[in-house]
Amino acid sequence: MSALGKVVRAGVGRRRVQTLVMTLTTMMAVTASVLAAGLLVASQAPFDHAFAKQKGAHLTAQFGGAKVTAARLAGTAHAPGVTAAAGPFPVLALRPRPGRNRFGMPADDRLPPMTIVGRATPGGPVDDIDLVAGRWATGPGQIVMNEGGVPFDIGDQMTFPDLPGGPTLTIVGVAKSVGASAEAWVSPAQLAALTAPGRTPAHQMLYRFARAATDAQIAADRAAIAASVPPGAMTGAASYLKIKLAASRTSATFVPFVVAFAVLGLFMSVLVIGIVVSGAVSAATRRIGILKSLGFTPAQVVRAYVAQALIPATVGTVLGVAFGNLLSIPVLGEAEHAYGTGTLTIAPWIDIAVPAAALTAVAATALVPALRAGRLRTVEAIAVGRTPRAGRGRAIRRLLGRLPLPRPVSLGLATPFSRPARSATIAAAVALGTIGVTFGVGLAMSLSDIQDGLNRRTPGAVVVLAVPPPGTGAPQAADPTAIAEKIRAQPGTRRFFRTGQTRVGVAGLAEATTVIAFRGDSSWGSYQMVSGSWFSGPGQAVVPSGFLNATGTHIGDTVTLTGDGRAAPVRIVGEALDLHEEGMTVLTDDASLAGLGVPVAPESIQFAVDLRPGTDAQAYLNSLNAALRPLGVSAQANSGEVSGVVVAMDTLAAMLTLMLVAVAGLGVLNTVVLDTRERVHDLGVLKALGMSPRQTVTMVITSVAGIGLLAGALGAPIGVALHDRVLPAMGRAAGTRFPAADIAVYDVRVLVPLVLGGLVLATAGALLPAGWAARTRTATALRTE
Amino acid sequence: MTAPIIQIRDVSKRYDVGRPALAGLNLEVRAGEALAVLGPSGSGKSTLLNLVAGLDQPSEGGVTVDGVRVDTLSEAALAKYRRERIGMVFQFFNLLDDLTVEDNVLLPAQLAGMPRGKARTRTAELLEHLGIARHARAFPGRLSGGERQRVAVARALMNHPPLLLADEPTGALDTASAADVRELLVELNRTGQTILLVTHDTALAASCAARTIELVDGRIARDIRTAAR
Ligand SMILES: Nc1ncnc2c1ncn2[C@@H]1O[C@H](COP(=O)(O)OP(=O)(O)O)[C@@H](O)[C@H]1O
Ligand SMILES: [Mg+2]
Repeated sequence: MSALGKVVRAGVGRRRVQTLVMTLTTMMAVTASVLAAGLLVASQAPFDHAFAKQKGAHLTAQFGGAKVTAARLAGTAHAPGVTAAAGPFPVLALRPRPGRNRFGMPADDRLPPMTIVGRATPGGPVDDIDLVAGRWATGPGQIVMNEGGVPFDIGDQMTFPDLPGGPTLTIVGVAKSVGASAEAWVSPAQLAALTAPGRTPAHQMLYRFARAATDAQIAADRAAIAASVPPGAMTGAASYLKIKLAASRTSATFVPFVVAFAVLGLFMSVLVIGIVVSGAVSAATRRIGILKSLGFTPAQVVRAYVAQALIPATVGTVLGVAFGNLLSIPVLGEAEHAYGTGTLTIAPWIDIAVPAAALTAVAATALVPALRAGRLRTVEAIAVGRTPRAGRGRAIRRLLGRLPLPRPVSLGLATPFSRPARSATIAAAVALGTIGVTFGVGLAMSLSDIQDGLNRRTPGAVVVLAVPPPGTGAPQAADPTAIAEKIRAQPGTRRFFRTGQTRVGVAGLAEATTVIAFRGDSSWGSYQMVSGSWFSGPGQAVVPSGFLNATGTHIGDTVTLTGDGRAAPVRIVGEALDLHEEGMTVLTDDASLAGLGVPVAPESIQFAVDLRPGTDAQAYLNSLNAALRPLGVSAQANSGEVSGVVVAMDTLAAMLTLMLVAVAGLGVLNTVVLDTRERVHDLGVLKALGMSPRQTVTMVITSVAGIGLLAGALGAPIGVALHDRVLPAMGRAAGTRFPAADIAVYDVRVLVPLVLGGLVLATAGALLPAGWAARTRTATALRTE
Repeated sequence: MTAPIIQIRDVSKRYDVGRPALAGLNLEVRAGEALAVLGPSGSGKSTLLNLVAGLDQPSEGGVTVDGVRVDTLSEAALAKYRRERIGMVFQFFNLLDDLTVEDNVLLPAQLAGMPRGKARTRTAELLEHLGIARHARAFPGRLSGGERQRVAVARALMNHPPLLLADEPTGALDTASAADVRELLVELNRTGQTILLVTHDTALAASCAARTIELVDGRIARDIRTAAR
């Protein structure tokens, strides 16, 4: 075994380039894999963990208070599929007003409807709520808020002036229900006290099911519950999957493209390790013959070659795990904002599973050529190098020789044909590199387009907010008509419109949603459309993809907006790109809401102003601000936001692309080094015949240039196809569809350099060995026979 | 008396280890001369040839060929020098196995950028002259040793080099083929080709060369001029 060890060590030490290439490839593949698997798991982890700990409700169902009795509901705990249930709890949707509070919410402002549940204790078999601060509401006048909702702090108050006696509640605790079963909790007695005369609170039931992994399973579970109560008794039900999706959204969006890179990296490492080990075997055929003639068994030879691959691969794997964990810090950091939970890290089992899988793949890959080495017949092996190899591709060689090309070029072009298998692997490495670059470049371009699209929610060069800037003393929003007049009077104003927000109910949706009401011609400043068109008049609405998904509606459908007991139907005419508020915002003309008693909130009003071409924006701002000063408001230049998520994605994609390209280049380098080494004798002959260094370099480079060009032409379209699949997947993870224009980013100006990139990549990889070939000492080269 | 085509002045060559391969060598070869370098294995014969071909640099001293200081040339200039001024023939032929006989012979002309038509004519002429025209399309692997060496000679002569260098050209050949190659070299020298021939075959030296030097341990032990034949 010690003889074997020596052979292995000598093999690793002597092939420094190959060893380096194997190390780097494995490192790249492991880095991307650790990152991909880590993100995938980590994006789910905090929610899954907390949800499991709280025995969160798979389904939070509401039943009409008058339609079913509490006793009957308690019986639904035995419906098929139900493993645990809690409730019924009485539930009300109320609109309180803030009382004394620490966040400065105006006291006469009505808050959006709030789901308040009457629960005696936070614990239970389902939805075992954690108290984050304070204590549970047990007595009259006490309420506990769910964390992350309306910003109330312990000690703050809210009032219900519409209810008899105008009760006031004091916040005594902050709790966290991972399944978001309510926005606030009071004691059951308090809930009864909050119920308006003549009304009955609804019932809330919380269920856990045996099968609740998919939307379809939840739907079936829900149907089973609905069937066990009188028809129409169930008035609404929310699946935990939707909350889970929202919670893991940010990092889930990373997953599709990191997985794409991980797969590319994996292919690449299998390929490169295959090239390197089979190259080592063919370069050492004679050596293997000698070893076997000395009494090495085939098994020992196989082991020697697998070990030669495993040593650098292990180093690469360790480095890859380290890099993957390091890179995950900024990426998961972005995700952390979304959860507000503690620090996320790569799950430890991933740091073990990924390396194990990678090393198994390496060993399996190395085994193929190693077995070939083991099977090699000793006599043949020793004879190799003595007799000229049966040359392949001679016909092509002759054909190329006839072409009117400089001889070094035609010699170089013919080289790939004498070793077709090796040429194919170089081509594959370059193609993979090209796929990576094409994909990475497209990803960056699409992300930038999407970012621009998202920024179109604030169009125009100048924005005027109707609320005075904080700290200026003026507490009230200015009169929008007055602001509009000032803007209209301002020279340089080309056009403008105003928007305001309010919250409305949507028939079929449990929660209220935000409406942005446009006044004035907004067609020039529309959102980026995914499909359909911008609204052109009252009664039409544009909604983001998220809204369509949540409501199951399509363009052309009519949805009913409700507010203050009145209804206003709007027809959906377009799907817009927007990720704010989970893509649930409704965009419509101000006049569409005329029938509803929910005017836009004055402090939400803002103006988007487009300037005449040639207007100096700064001068315009100065002059407009002078005009607006009496109103207490000011205009600002519209600076688009840059999302931290997009920056993190760009950075990550750039790093992974670079790694992939580096490995592809190294793969080429390695192969050309091998080739050059094998052809060192021929190179010596050519030099003796007067081949100049420049001609030698030309020959070696043209030997890979054709392959590079071909691989580029092959890789670029595959990269485009990959991009065109991954981006929609990222969109799905983010809960939106992307406009086709943001995905169709490749045009000729981009594609041509990408195709040529294969050529550049191959050439770059061949440059070093080419120089080496040019400098080979001819006398030494010719001695080798 | 013609000017010397090769001038070797105080040339020593030391490799990293051991005694020098060449030690203070002085030698002049005149144009049209055929010089045979004899000597036992390891005496420095190939080293001497490599220095003349510019394939290696002397540790000391200077090598001038056809008025060119070979030991000071850059790599690119050396390539040009080898293309234009020398032709080389080796013991193991050093033909490129993937190229046909014709393409092997064409190579030096192609590297030198000779017009295609001219190069083809020259190739045909050489193959004809050396009696291997019928093998033009064959690959070297199919040829006998003697035929292969003829191909190598044809390739060496392609660019009309003033100097032909041959390192043990018969060393890998059977007796009949060796005699064949020997006659070819004699014939070439008779038509005015300067030849520097390295061999340890005294018979070859005697028949080809009017002058023979013998190297022992990197020094000229003997310098014999036989009568003009
Ligand atoms: N590249 C080299 N490196 C080290 N020693 C060498 C090298 N080439 C030749 N030698 C040594 O120089 C001496 C002369 O070699 P060489 O010129 O090949 O002899 P010959 O051709 O006469 O047999 C020998 O001792 C040989 O081992
Ligand atoms: Mg020798």
